Amino acid sequence: MRATPQEQFQQLLQTLRAALRDGEQFTLGFSAEQSQFIRFNHAKVRQAGVVSQASAQLRLVDNGRQAEQQFTLCGDAELDQQRLHDALKQLRQTLPLLAVDPYLSLDDSAWQSHSLQQQALPDPAEVLALVEREAAELDLVGIYAAGPICRGFASSFGAFGWHEAVSFNFDWSLFHANGEAVKANYAGQSWDAAAFVERLRLAREQLAYLGLPGVLLKPGSYRAYLAPAAMDEIAGMLCWGGFSAQALATGNSALQRLYSGDAQLSPLVSISEQVSGSLSPAFSDEGSQRQDLQLIAEGRGLQRLVSARSAAEFKLAANGADSYESPCALSLAPGELATADILQRLGTGLYISNLWYLNYSDLPAARMTGLTRFATFWVKNGEIQGPVSTMRFDDTLYNLLGQQLEALTAERELILSTSTYGQRQTGSSHLPGALVKAMTLTL
Amino acid sequence: MFDSSALLRQRFAALRSTAEVFSLRHVKQSYQGLAVRRNVAQPPFFNQDEGAMLTVRINGVEAYAATADLSQSGLQRALEQAEALARQIARHSLLDLSTQAVPSERHDHVSPNFIQPLPNLADCLGLLAAESASVPTDNRLVDWQASLGISEVEQTYLNSAGAELRHAQRFLFPGMGVTASDGQDSQSRSLGRDNFGQQGGFEIIERCGLIGAATQVADQALQLLLAPNTPSGKRDLLLMPDQMMLQIHESIGHPLEMDRILGDERNYAGTSFVKASDFGQLQYGSNLLNVTFDPTIAEELASYSHDDDGTAASKQFLIRQGRLLRPLGGALSQFRSGLDGVANSRACSWNRAPIDRMANLNIEPGEQSLAQLIGGIEQGILMRTNRSWSIDDARNKFQFGCEWGQLIEDGQLKGVVKNPNYRGISAQFWRDLSAVGDRSTFEVLGTPNCGKGEPNQVVRVGHASPACVFSQIDVFGGDA
Repeated sequence: MRATPQEQFQQLLQTLRAALRDGEQFTLGFSAEQSQFIRFNHAKVRQAGVVSQASAQLRLVDNGRQAEQQFTLCGDAELDQQRLHDALKQLRQTLPLLAVDPYLSLDDSAWQSHSLQQQALPDPAEVLALVEREAAELDLVGIYAAGPICRGFASSFGAFGWHEAVSFNFDWSLFHANGEAVKANYAGQSWDAAAFVERLRLAREQLAYLGLPGVLLKPGSYRAYLAPAAMDEIAGMLCWGGFSAQALATGNSALQRLYSGDAQLSPLVSISEQVSGSLSPAFSDEGSQRQDLQLIAEGRGLQRLVSARSAAEFKLAANGADSYESPCALSLAPGELATADILQRLGTGLYISNLWYLNYSDLPAARMTGLTRFATFWVKNGEIQGPVSTMRFDDTLYNLLGQQLEALTAERELILSTSTYGQRQTGSSHLPGALVKAMTLTL
Repeated sequence: MFDSSALLRQRFAALRSTAEVFSLRHVKQSYQGLAVRRNVAQPPFFNQDEGAMLTVRINGVEAYAATADLSQSGLQRALEQAEALARQIARHSLLDLSTQAVPSERHDHVSPNFIQPLPNLADCLGLLAAESASVPTDNRLVDWQASLGISEVEQTYLNSAGAELRHAQRFLFPGMGVTASDGQDSQSRSLGRDNFGQQGGFEIIERCGLIGAATQVADQALQLLLAPNTPSGKRDLLLMPDQMMLQIHESIGHPLEMDRILGDERNYAGTSFVKASDFGQLQYGSNLLNVTFDPTIAEELASYSHDDDGTAASKQFLIRQGRLLRPLGGALSQFRSGLDGVANSRACSWNRAPIDRMANLNIEPGEQSLAQLIGGIEQGILMRTNRSWSIDDARNKFQFGCEWGQLIEDGQLKGVVKNPNYRGISAQFWRDLSAVGDRSTFEVLGTPNCGKGEPNQVVRVGHASPACVFSQIDVFGGDA
């Protein structure tokens, strides 16, 4: 009988502890998944497969020096233990070649964390039958990704964390014959066919609006509503070093003027890293317990994400951030705008469902550019007039979420990461929509 | 090299399958990442990864299973998983591949200087530390880093038709970056990093120019901090190769990917403003535009003999004298579309299936020296080194930004400007190509970070280009 992922991790840990020499310290990370991937195009299966993968990440510390090795695990206990010994050997050969690391900082607490969420997923045949029944006449394109994900962490100081969750993420678009499209997603840990059908119905409703005659806009300044999925793209840009202690200390953060007090956002804006209750592991890749943090409070920069290394380098207190100091569960506090009132409050302007491909045109000024994508509508006097083809915006965060921010919605969406680079990601964001008085379109 | 071959061959031969065709793609790769930041060596990072993807075709329907368990039973189990899945999806499958040809070639491809030993880790760190230490002392220089990534990949493709295709490749990614800040504004200048990588040995570090570069990179970061913003308006735009690569990548490479045109990527990476009917018809750019898929430049990142589906790779013109000729479509896309394509079906590793990707996508050199290119511009701007990229999902409306700008007036290079950005529309932009640099301006570059696909994949792509001039482009600066 094959070992479970947790048994596999514990066997490795046992081997590592037995092999450790006096003076050596370690951290051992573990990551595994069994994934079912089904790609759709034209509501048919374009590509399907299963992926079984596991890896360990060993950091060896000795005499003030450290190095890391990641290695793939094959599931054969003897072979995996040999790979662990090989990694240990390489790291032991490496450490003497290094200078003492002045920023080496280890969390020496013996924390314990255990999270196990094991709901059953549907058989892929059930998902396929549902798509066939409910979407056969639609031009549906996207991916269904599902299966268990495991993350583990242990240290020579006695810390031990285990996170195991079964989840699914069905991310799809419906295309109108005119090329316009609406995006939808159904993700979580407990599959409910009725909930999927309801999401599909809502997307289908929006699709009808996409058939209206298109509206051509010229570059200029427009009143706009940004739906939570569009806000997620903006939030994603801020996660790209915005809150990082290292980036803030070295001129590489888009929020450096906010955190220096030279600029501020609207008092409506309060952003936190809300790890508790999220789908992310309760521990960081560095082996610290994550913390809930208030990053922006009523428009002013407050806490930043501080890894152990940054703490040592910039003389700050570490607060459980990952080594790359990016939020894993970003939460923007809700406002008071009722969902039912969005079109009426927008009046005349753009209803933007999604944004796409954002990047900075001037990073220190938090000026970013990007494009509308999926179901962007022109609204006049609270009525949808028709879809707007792709438009580019170029504006600063201090405008969009600063002086031009009029309201945030009272309802928020929990958006689970669809990213599958290397492995299925566990990040999420919890965001309201935003009504802005003016947004600059340039192309 | 190819130490696993005999065992893989033996285990593949022992697999039992009811599929009409099945294949195994084994990938073994290692990575070593070194960096010295602000004169402190960062913890070295190593990676060892190995696994295989088994793909089956049953009644014209394909499915895959990927596993790191390379034992006989592990491979057999994965094969059977793929078979079960192929049967499960049969009724829902978009494609019937019953008549698609199956490769049967046998060939080995090895990177140049693959077996040449590289300097040891201590020497590499010493080199990076020396560069880091060469950054001058100046309070405004707040961050700098010298780095070197080394990746070795061995891949073996075997199939039931008798194909055996092996690749052994080594990739180096040297880089240097410096950030200058005055507390309000910050400006960065870099060499290499995401804009440079090649196949081969230590000669790549010399070709990159990393050794001895720190002083100049730091000086340029400081120059940018003091420079005025790029003025707004229409100007002739001279793009150097380390921005041309991004321009080629986003507004020629992605729109020509056949799987986008066929709709596979519409939910994620996007579609294309190019239609299947445009091939052979569309005037994509001016007569000066010659674009090739070229796997024959040995040091370029995506030079290979066969792609990951086993199709033999050869140099092909995608665009000749501005006319669009063929897409970036591998064997499957060619089968689906009926168009001639190239060997660009690629996967990032053993755990992802091949899809249409860019590989080496180059612009052929023209006839003008850099001095002639500059001399031919009355009012213009030179931009180099990409730092920002954004383009719509049909790969048409773009806005790109560079680290370094220099105005050109009356045929002469003038002052440095910061935050050089420009925007345009792909369908028009290449028709504004007015001059192409000669071989003396031609550089072989590439990036390790091209993302696409569901599930997501990042692959290495090569771009070689001369410097090029575009007429009357909308340029602008930043807010600072």
